[in-house]
Amino acid sequence: MEYTTTPPSQAQYEAAKKEIIKVTWVLSVLTVIELMLGFWLYKSPEMSEGMRWAVKGVIIILMLAKAFYIVAYFMHLKHELKNFIMTIVLPIISFIWIVFSFLHDGNSYKELRNDYNPHPHTKVQKTTTPAHGVEGKK
Amino acid sequence: MSTVATAQTKWWGGGKSPFNVEYGKVMMWYFLMSDTFTFAGFLLAYGSVRFSANSWPDANEVYNSFPFAPEGTHAPLIFVSIMTFILILSSVTMVLAVQAGHHNNKKAVVRNLILTILGGIAFLSCQAWEWTHLYHEGAWWGRNPFLNVDGTPGAVNFTNFFFTITGFHGFHVFTGVLINIIMLIMTLNNTFEKRGHYLMIEKAGLYWHFVDLVWVFVFTCFYLI
Repeated sequence: MEYTTTPPSQAQYEAAKKEIIKVTWVLSVLTVIELMLGFWLYKSPEMSEGMRWAVKGVIIILMLAKAFYIVAYFMHLKHELKNFIMTIVLPIISFIWIVFSFLHDGNSYKELRNDYNPHPHTKVQKTTTPAHGVEGKK
Repeated sequence: MSTVATAQTKWWGGGKSPFNVEYGKVMMWYFLMSDTFTFAGFLLAYGSVRFSANSWPDANEVYNSFPFAPEGTHAPLIFVSIMTFILILSSVTMVLAVQAGHHNNKKAVVRNLILTILGGIAFLSCQAWEWTHLYHEGAWWGRNPFLNVDGTPGAVNFTNFFFTITGFHGFHVFTGVLINIIMLIMTLNNTFEKRGHYLMIEKAGLYWHFVDLVWVFVFTCFYLI
């Protein structure tokens, strides 16, 4: 099977090196921001639950951005043919649903377990008088 | 190295690679995709178990040690950020080796491959230290000495997932270092020089970048959130 590649010129070599240095900086800066957000979460235990979720969401977005830079530039996927990119990217897109459904299932399991009632159809008679007499009374 | 596909070229007419990519590289990409699903399976199991737990240990209280620091040092995230930067930098030297290979620059390939191998070994040493430290604190598969945030005893799943997933990633780093050492030996033996191209380095590079890519996810899921 034939494939064609053109040997890079000196100018392309220099441009590629420049791109690598740029991506290195992007990855480093994103990592530092992630770490700062991580420290922030750790240093502020009084932070509200909603805010914690928001910060974690930002960390996940930064993580995906890092993944994009590694795959697109270091692994050079961005410079392949579009058909080839699609054979890799399309299966990966299924993760959006997989992640959502699995985490939702985990959460649902927690809630089911927390208010688990082994006899859902039996009416529990709540006695108003204590079974063993009232405390402090003889 | 740009791939050129003009409108006149009949890529799907047979006899040509429709993706205009070398066969080995296509297969490396698909292998990495299957590996992605393996790692995703692990991380999804971790995520759903964590979502099903009422409380979970705080990573900052668990991974807070540093080599040669006195006992009782509280340094969350510091050690693991050093590990992260080691892996990012070794990825950079790898991509520089691949670029040098495109230019048939043997000297630069050798230099950058050696730096990449050293980075990989440094990362593995860090991980070995961290595992040893955790083991001496009483953590191992099936044993979890750390308490949950709410003060209840932590689930054994916490350590099980940590050691399984970082262990599986560490195994990938280990094989990546081996592959890079083989690449270095082949380069020094002029194997690629005689072949006329350094495309094999590119495939090894894809594997090495994948190792870095997985660490981005493992690092976030275990240490940050």
